[in-house]
Amino acid sequence: MTTTLNIALSKGRILEEGLPLLERAGIRPAENPLKSRKLILDTNLPDVKLTIIRAADVPTYVQFGAADLGIAGRDVLMEYDGDGLYELLDLNIARCRLMVAEPASLASRDDPGSWTRLRIATKYVNTTQRHFAAKGIQTDIIKLYGSMELAPLVGLSDRIVDLVDTGNTLKANGLVEVEHIADISAWLVANKASMKMKHRPLQDLVGRLQRAVA
Amino acid sequence: MSAKDRWLLPEGVEEILPAEARRAEVLRRGLLDLFDAWGYELVMPPLIEYLESLLTGAGQELDIQTFKLTDQMTGRLMGVRPDMTPQAARIDAHYLKRSAPARLCYAGSVLRTRPDGFGGSREPLQFGAELFGYAGPQADAEILSLMIAALRLADIREAHVDLGHVGVFRGLAQQAKLGAELETDLFDALQRKARNDVEALLAGGGVPAASKSMIAGLLDLCGDRETLARAREQLRGAPEPVMRALAELQATADLAMQQPDAPTFYFDLAELSGYHYYTGVVFSAFVPGYGRAVARGGRYDGIGRAFGRDRAATGFGADLRQWLRLTSASVAAPAGILAPDGGDASLPAEVARLRAEGSRVVMRLAGDKSSAADFGCDRELVNKNGRWVVQPVK
Repeated sequence: MTTTLNIALSKGRILEEGLPLLERAGIRPAENPLKSRKLILDTNLPDVKLTIIRAADVPTYVQFGAADLGIAGRDVLMEYDGDGLYELLDLNIARCRLMVAEPASLASRDDPGSWTRLRIATKYVNTTQRHFAAKGIQTDIIKLYGSMELAPLVGLSDRIVDLVDTGNTLKANGLVEVEHIADISAWLVANKASMKMKHRPLQDLVGRLQRAVA
Repeated sequence: MSAKDRWLLPEGVEEILPAEARRAEVLRRGLLDLFDAWGYELVMPPLIEYLESLLTGAGQELDIQTFKLTDQMTGRLMGVRPDMTPQAARIDAHYLKRSAPARLCYAGSVLRTRPDGFGGSREPLQFGAELFGYAGPQADAEILSLMIAALRLADIREAHVDLGHVGVFRGLAQQAKLGAELETDLFDALQRKARNDVEALLAGGGVPAASKSMIAGLLDLCGDRETLARAREQLRGAPEPVMRALAELQATADLAMQQPDAPTFYFDLAELSGYHYYTGVVFSAFVPGYGRAVARGGRYDGIGRAFGRDRAATGFGADLRQWLRLTSASVAAPAGILAPDGGDASLPAEVARLRAEGSRVVMRLAGDKSSAADFGCDRELVNKNGRWVVQPVK
């Protein structure tokens, strides 16, 4: 059996902040993944490869063994239905918050303590439902794939649940944060069988990443 | 429903066509013969039962997985079995009433409301073996060795066998007096090997420092045989049930190692799948590319209590449909003899004789001009000068 380790990660912020981290752990891609159109990249280590995929696909690739390791945002992991993953390490990159936001005009007279039923637009359907169900609040959820901030402005929903980094997009669209759901950062996840069957090389890599994070 | 989608099967439900069915049946018979050779008696529990007895001791997880319907004769709720293990336990406790250890095995379809992950089946062909009425590590080692023999029989190579014991975490959780909620959250985080989450959970909630390092330390207790020695060192001073669990695990592994061609065993003290159901040693087999175990087993004492008899129990089970995808064992293509369509009064007797000898004989139908290969035959029965002769197909 080969002991090649395949690491799945997504383009965008995770790749931008993940590359320096991988570099500190001794892994450099053979070509610049920010520019290359290749989907599987070799690295300076002959037995480590990088697979570049969509963020929401990372847990799927890892659970079914298409990649041994993956770097995925906590938001994606919380939303993912499967449970066949190890969430080994908080990499402390791509940090942001998952928040409930609403128009400033609504917020001025709104009391989160009195919520009973909410109309919410979000990409994070499962997470949103779970969060409010735990508080005994009913939700009508509209799934959108992007530009969540628009939904309250055009009357699709009253509130949104979305990732907030600087808060500038919210502000520009007249929305304010009203409730914190979770702190988000990127985590290192592993396939269960790989973790067992490629234990040594995988544990070695995890150790290097752990030191790179600290 | 259009004519085109009328023949679609529900999601997670599949049919097995001839060539594949042949492989499945060869594997099923092989497994049942293997169980028989180890002294396991076959039982055939019913497909459907009253819900109360079906779900006794099995927990909420199986409740969600059970298809339910109302019995038109009594108005009571019935369930289609999602798992045959509790049924075997009920048979042992309620009907057999033996004082000697009972070895039972089974193979049959079970139904689940949700598939096990992507492409998973909702109708697994479950098979397994259970040993009731013996609490010692010898029984666990026997079941573990039988699971390995079954994997060998199916020619599933590269299987990685992992051993654990739910008593380690349970003992530590009791000592630390974790509340039910914290225990569940910690259990969940350990399952995901999410070290950061484990540490964050332990940091709250007033857990004693010694317990903290022992529980978080479980995450490092995985690997080959030296893991157990490390565990004894690292868990020194842990309550007695934890040390007893480690001793049981060691004894089970030592016994299973004595089997000829025993594989390398690995240990993982944070692997707790089935934690609410199992009570002792647990083991599972993994293969590359699958995120879930392809065979699982362990000790689940006390399940018979609800059926009136508290019996020690240990066993393993797996899904034959999944094994069919994993097995590299090949099955010879069918061979046989094509017999002509009558013509001679002595033909039926000759065909009967050949069949009694174990040959596969297919009768040609009058007027049918298909070739021998269409019926999977490589030979034909011909009459030469009043004598029946079997010869290769020209």
